[in-house]
Amino acid sequence: MSSVISEIRKDYLYNLMLRGQRADGRAFDQPREISIKTGVIRKAEGSALVTLGDTQVMVGVKMQPGEPFPDSLDRGVIVTNAELVPLASPMFEPGPPNEFGIELARVVDRGVRESGAVDLAGLCITPGEKVWIVFIDIHILDDCGNIMDASSLGAIAALLTTTVPAKKFGLGEDYPLPIKDIPIAMTAVEFGGVVMFDADVDEEAMADTKLTVISRADGTICGVQKSGTGVLSQEQIYRIVDIACENAKGIREKFLEV
Amino acid sequence: MQGNNGNITFIRDGVRLDGRRVDELRPIKIEVGVLSRADGSCYMEMGDNKVVAAVYGPREVHPRHLQEVSRAIVRYRYNMASFSVEERRRPGPDRRSYELSKVSREALEPVILTSYFPRSVIDIFVEVLQADAGTRTAGINAASVALADAGIPMKGLITSCAAGKVDGQVVLDPMKEEDNFGQADLPIAITPWGDITLIQMDGDLSRDEFRQAVELARIGCGKIYEIQRKALLDRYCQMESAAQEA
Repeated sequence: MSSVISEIRKDYLYNLMLRGQRADGRAFDQPREISIKTGVIRKAEGSALVTLGDTQVMVGVKMQPGEPFPDSLDRGVIVTNAELVPLASPMFEPGPPNEFGIELARVVDRGVRESGAVDLAGLCITPGEKVWIVFIDIHILDDCGNIMDASSLGAIAALLTTTVPAKKFGLGEDYPLPIKDIPIAMTAVEFGGVVMFDADVDEEAMADTKLTVISRADGTICGVQKSGTGVLSQEQIYRIVDIACENAKGIREKFLEV
Repeated sequence: MQGNNGNITFIRDGVRLDGRRVDELRPIKIEVGVLSRADGSCYMEMGDNKVVAAVYGPREVHPRHLQEVSRAIVRYRYNMASFSVEERRRPGPDRRSYELSKVSREALEPVILTSYFPRSVIDIFVEVLQADAGTRTAGINAASVALADAGIPMKGLITSCAAGKVDGQVVLDPMKEEDNFGQADLPIAITPWGDITLIQMDGDLSRDEFRQAVELARIGCGKIYEIQRKALLDRYCQMESAAQEA
């Protein structure tokens, strides 16, 4: 959902790009400054406020006992939802999630699920009857570009600090949510043949194609999503995958591993 | 992707459960112009998948505020019939359908010459009548043919195909069992000149396997492209000869 960008700004960014530069001086593969604050919401079982440049995303994790899915009776359940609330951008409107919100939530969910980040087998209470349900709720607060990576980072950061509220439901002592992997999403946009990582809101408005790559701690890939109305060449995809997997390591080490 | 295959061996002596080799597609059937009310339509079978696609337009945009002054907008609705799967599905769109509709539309849009039809809409409707892994790729293939049948100007046909991973091996066009219990699924869509317009992946692939899977899916697309092309040619050659006889 790209915002409006003035022709003169577009021209300026395009000419910078031709010289190998970006408006904020970053290299094409360099993400913006990241900060993660966890445990910011006392009422939630886990939470994180992520800033990625000027983008701000809040993720809260709530847990409650519920019924398992019929095809996985002894495993916990993950439910991911994203709210693109109108306070975050002039492009967001009130109402039920549109396809952008749904895609965002589903890609974040795919990263958490496919990486096996949460040990779902450790969330069974009574097999076939009762399991823990983990609700991951993403609230975009300020969309200054690349809410995908910020949301994904927020989700895993919140999960890492989540405590299973067993006591509240009379199910024994509280314990930390069992986490097995740390998936990191890295998104690049393409315009004029150039690939840029962690686009800000103007760069996103210029590009019509995005690729998100989610990798695990061991460097394997657990999720990919192209979005937008443009095309990518095979070589561009391979390059984005390689850089995404490499850059993810640094972020994982710096912010998320203890 | 459950990763846990319940002790089934999916590939024995290079042959898969349904008798295919790892680089073999399921049988494909394409029929063009199957619906009379639609401007263009296509029925397609890919293995046990049965989908029908219809194209309406270019036509007036409703609601009006959605119209664009410089180009046609494209809408894509992916819908699964409640009886298309083992356990009855609740009718109507769910979150998965919304996502698939979005990525499918974005897979086709790059080749549609939307600037020819300002202030109008090209509506693509895809109904999945029977699902057996690969409904989004079948839907895109059918929609692409239906667009051509509707006479929508395009730079080329879009072709879509998935690769997967079972028993640690990359395979072409996974069927239901391989999709459910396999280790990865990677659908792509490409233009005839090789640009990628859709790529998604979930599961577990190393970077090498990722490249292998993309390569394999591309080969699959190449084969499907020929079938799409032939279906269109057959249809219009038939019409031409019928016209000559009359």
